[in-house]
Amino acid sequence: MSEKPKNFMNPYLAGILLGLVLLATIYITGRGLGASGAMKSAVVASVNVVAPSHVQNTKFYQEYTQEHPDGILKNWLVFEVIGVVIGAFLSGLVSNRLTFKLERPEKVKSMTRIVGAFVGGAFFGLGAQFARGCTSGAALSGMAVLSTGGILTMFCIFGGAYMFAYFFRKLWL
Amino acid sequence: MGPLIPANGLNLVIGLFLGIAFGFVLEQAGFSTSKKLVGMFYGYDFTVLRVFFTGGLVAMIGVVAFAHFGLLDMSLVYINPTYLWSAIVGGLIMGLGFVIGGFCPGTSVCAAAIGKIDGIIFVVGSLFGVLVFAEGYPLFEGIYWDKFLGNVQMSETLGISQGLFAFLFMAMGAASFLFTQWVEEKVNGKPNPVLQPKKLYIGFSAVIFLVGLSAFILPNPEVSKPKEVKKEIQNGKIQAAMITPDELALRIINYDNNIKIYDFRPTEEFEKLSLPNSINLKIEDLFRKGSNKLLASDIEVKKIIIADNEKSALEAEEIIKDKGYKNLYVLKGGMQKFADEILNFNMPANNIPQNMLATYNFRKSASKTIAQIIKDSKKSNVIVKEKKRVLGGC
Repeated sequence: MSEKPKNFMNPYLAGILLGLVLLATIYITGRGLGASGAMKSAVVASVNVVAPSHVQNTKFYQEYTQEHPDGILKNWLVFEVIGVVIGAFLSGLVSNRLTFKLERPEKVKSMTRIVGAFVGGAFFGLGAQFARGCTSGAALSGMAVLSTGGILTMFCIFGGAYMFAYFFRKLWL
Repeated sequence: MGPLIPANGLNLVIGLFLGIAFGFVLEQAGFSTSKKLVGMFYGYDFTVLRVFFTGGLVAMIGVVAFAHFGLLDMSLVYINPTYLWSAIVGGLIMGLGFVIGGFCPGTSVCAAAIGKIDGIIFVVGSLFGVLVFAEGYPLFEGIYWDKFLGNVQMSETLGISQGLFAFLFMAMGAASFLFTQWVEEKVNGKPNPVLQPKKLYIGFSAVIFLVGLSAFILPNPEVSKPKEVKKEIQNGKIQAAMITPDELALRIINYDNNIKIYDFRPTEEFEKLSLPNSINLKIEDLFRKGSNKLLASDIEVKKIIIADNEKSALEAEEIIKDKGYKNLYVLKGGMQKFADEILNFNMPANNIPQNMLATYNFRKSASKTIAQIIKDSKKSNVIVKEKKRVLGGC
């Protein structure tokens, strides 16, 4: 099992395949791909286990449960993201990329990377709630259907990242 | 016609498989490594931009083309709603998260799936971020719902056609591909080995460009088709089968099951008065999935197309005919004439021409009979309600 990891796919080829998957998704289901929505479902489901009365009494969770009458986790995005986990795992398997390690730039301490990943994730999760979707659900899928909000969010994600990149260069360079 | 929208259980299974494809492609593209993802923001690796933009463009052009050829009913497809401020604020916060954390939610899931600990931590962080939003919702609610612009598309916002927008976006994409390759080579001091041989890429780009150009010349059928038809009618090029008010009246009186009436008058008028066994449609409906079902369900039946006037009915008939349906008949003189000659028929007091006597007598009795039939049949008439969009988003 010490084979070298294979090269990544040519980016333009990967892009075309990604576009075809997205197009198929829209044609079959009438909606785009997503990721952060499933995280929202996971959070609501967890809170519902820990503090069910809190879910019943708090507006955000009330709105969520009203929008999902079939059940918190019986949701298209939840199944899709379970698929993403399987698909990525299979891809890692065929390309010898399965590991168990913390990836970080050489000059960066492990603890810095851990804190960075958590804080970055928290910001992304928060922002995705505002924008009603993340890079997949709002930016990519929004772009495919020409949604004004989706395309605006896309420019803000990438524009924002460029804007802030300088201040966090020590985390990467 | 898409979207197919399978039944709920099946839809979830399909979601699982589409997710597998999505995850596989993301991982193959290298999106499971944060170093590659943030490379774009420091100029040393623009893989993300290439994959993301190519993917978005392929899907966008596919969607525009599918809609053009009547394969996709865009009124049923989820178009992310635009709440101006939350779209901007949310995007900027995500940008901040991107450079600090090195992932986005989808890619962090991929990274976590192949055992990257930083990916797993990012996922946990994202869950925490969602929790913060959920708990602080009363605080964020104002901005979350502010400045709602509807489920608008960029082409509408800018006032240009979908095809033109897709083309401009593609031109922007192509320019950014060239520019970022140049930046990458400057920053790294050597050409990107992935992007050789150059000739292949130039050929490939040319093909993409031509596809984009074809999207540019594809007009929206919902706008262009009615115009085309109107022109043809003006030029007298249209020949359609007709039905006279008298014949239609006779068929209604005989409870002829072999006819179906497609009524293209405004809904208010239809609600006031409608013929038995009729369906109210708008011209726009003909480009929707629902109406096609209605038309397809009775292929053998004579389809009688009525509107306020004959010309509007003829326009509708031509669009339906263009979709491949047969057995179409246009009501002569439109509903106006039908009302004058049948429904509100007044027997002239004198000077009835001899050869019209039988006709006038028929009209007189038909006027009464049909009034009664209309009264009895009120319930069976259909007004096509707009189907709701698929709910999506994150």
